[in-house]
Amino acid sequence: MKRWTILLLVLAMTAAACGGTDPADTTASAGGVGSDTTMAEATGIDACAPGETDGDLNFYNWAEYIDPDLITAFETESGISVEYTEYESNEQMLAQVEAGAAPYDLVVPSDYMVDTMLAEGLLVKLNKSALSNLGNLDPAFVNLPFDPTSDYSVPYQWGTTGIGINTATLGDVDPSWDLIFNPAVADQYEGRISMLDDPLEAMVAALHYLGYTLEEVIADNNLDAIAEAEAVLTEANARVAKYDSVNFGDDLVNGEVDIAHGWSGGFFFSFAEVDNPDDYAYIIPKEGGVRWVDNLAIPVTVEHPCSALAMIDFLLDAENGAQLTNWNYYGSPNQASEEFILPEILDDPAIYPTGDALENLEFIPQTGELGLELQDAFLRSKG
Amino acid sequence: MRKPAFEPGLEKAAEAAERRRGFLLGLPAYVYLVVFFAVPFFIVFVTSFARRSATGATKYDEFSTSAYVKLLDPLVGTIVWRSFWIATITTAVCLLFAYPFAYYIATRRPAVRNALLVLVMIPFWSNFLVRTYAWRFILGSDGPLGTLTEAMGREPFRLLFTPAAILIGLVYGFLPFMVLPLYAAIERLDWRLVEAARDLYADGWTAFRKVTLPLTRSGIIAGSLLVFVPSFGAYVTPAILGGGKDLLLGSYIVTQFGQARNRPLGSALSIVIMAVMLVALMIRNRSGAEEI
Repeated sequence: MKRWTILLLVLAMTAAACGGTDPADTTASAGGVGSDTTMAEATGIDACAPGETDGDLNFYNWAEYIDPDLITAFETESGISVEYTEYESNEQMLAQVEAGAAPYDLVVPSDYMVDTMLAEGLLVKLNKSALSNLGNLDPAFVNLPFDPTSDYSVPYQWGTTGIGINTATLGDVDPSWDLIFNPAVADQYEGRISMLDDPLEAMVAALHYLGYTLEEVIADNNLDAIAEAEAVLTEANARVAKYDSVNFGDDLVNGEVDIAHGWSGGFFFSFAEVDNPDDYAYIIPKEGGVRWVDNLAIPVTVEHPCSALAMIDFLLDAENGAQLTNWNYYGSPNQASEEFILPEILDDPAIYPTGDALENLEFIPQTGELGLELQDAFLRSKG
Repeated sequence: MRKPAFEPGLEKAAEAAERRRGFLLGLPAYVYLVVFFAVPFFIVFVTSFARRSATGATKYDEFSTSAYVKLLDPLVGTIVWRSFWIATITTAVCLLFAYPFAYYIATRRPAVRNALLVLVMIPFWSNFLVRTYAWRFILGSDGPLGTLTEAMGREPFRLLFTPAAILIGLVYGFLPFMVLPLYAAIERLDWRLVEAARDLYADGWTAFRKVTLPLTRSGIIAGSLLVFVPSFGAYVTPAILGGGKDLLLGSYIVTQFGQARNRPLGSALSIVIMAVMLVALMIRNRSGAEEI
């Protein structure tokens, strides 16, 4: 019975490993992430002057989120080189920073992720005296709820979550969540709808369809509203062909679906790649939905804080800020940039919404204890 | 040259040397097991008893079994049940296709046999992810099936993003793992026993049922395990072909480490699955199945 011997050996070794490692070590290393104030002192970030650099920059950003020419321009201007890597979700970036996987100097968390990273002490306080272009920001993007004093983050780009449609097959439609959730409207599109595979995005969409906002649901701890939204999503599940947070734009232009729930810039990117961009449109439902801001922030893994500040200041420059938007079609929080942004972007209500559509948008708040319930409600709705 | 005098100690020393050599030879494997199995397993085990903070951080400050309690949630039950069924059906379909095929290969001339075996292995030469994406095209509305039904004047038929698509992907991916052990078992079969059965007036079916099948049972069990275990926790195939609609175990665990930021739950689930697989392997051992 050799096999049993081997099996026992493996188990014995596991037991030995369990006994040999002190669980306190794990606790120590997990708790080892210092508080942000001590980190700021340790990094020497307060000594940085505007434009000063202290070594090559390690920039960790979302995929397809910056014009490569801008990075080249920064390298030329500053004389340092940029190690540029990409991620596809906030959680992926967070896991890397938490694990200290690489010495990232600059990351781009979304609104709620700034909140999370602050709560976990993963961000370094910015040295605003090194940011000469900070005044270019639109006042509407200063002191946002996730960073009330704007001490830890600088808005980078903003956008919305809405619906991409194939206007060639759908014709003229009312810009509303009815397209996905109202049986009277949506049943005819059964199997032609995709949704983001993202619990919070899906829940916010359903809540807004019902007339709630996530913010008030969390404030009131309104479990009934969550149950209602879950019922809406459960019913929609039969009509939804797939849940996808990566290929939603491509699936729409490839004809796999006619209605897709997704992020504004992702659609514009896909529309720009096809021969018939006029057959597709991105709409912000009148009931509103998620408005998000991605922010430049310096994580505790920083090794070159001055270079990171130099890059933030470079991107805050009016013309450079405009170049970001002209390349990826997301809104710019940079007021001074507006004169350099292409007029067709500035006048596009799908990128710069106005009126009700703008009023009804909300930032995803910190979900706290309700977070898991929101997750589960979404997963249950998928059956 | 002089023969060494008989000394009992000499033999003992040789034995000890032999043991030392054995240990040294095995050392890289032991190191490998400790570094890549025992340590990660230990981390997962400890994490499964950790606590999730409100913001999703994993806290090791107190011993908590809440992750295991959460496994009793009906949602988890539904997902496990669905994964179990998908894996069972995948295994059954693989067995149904692979047995006749393996039988066919094993009964050919050696040259033909080797050629057929190479054909079974050829798909492994290209990346699994690429092959799964190819299925996405085949099963999509633009694919051959969709085009054909469209040409016949009907709605383009689409299998993509359905449980059937997941099943096709899994059967496609794991079929070789069923064929190879079955082939090994059938090829080893002593055909004289089958002849003897026929001599004793058993018809073809009876001879197969009473002789061939029991004698190739080890291959059936080995193949079934090799297909069942990975399809039970499959992640890539359902993610690409299933459209994320019918949640399976693999995706659920990934969600816990990603969006949900609930590592304790993901770890607890992984531990339980490992325990289940261990039981399955023990059953396999008890049933006397030989090597793959």
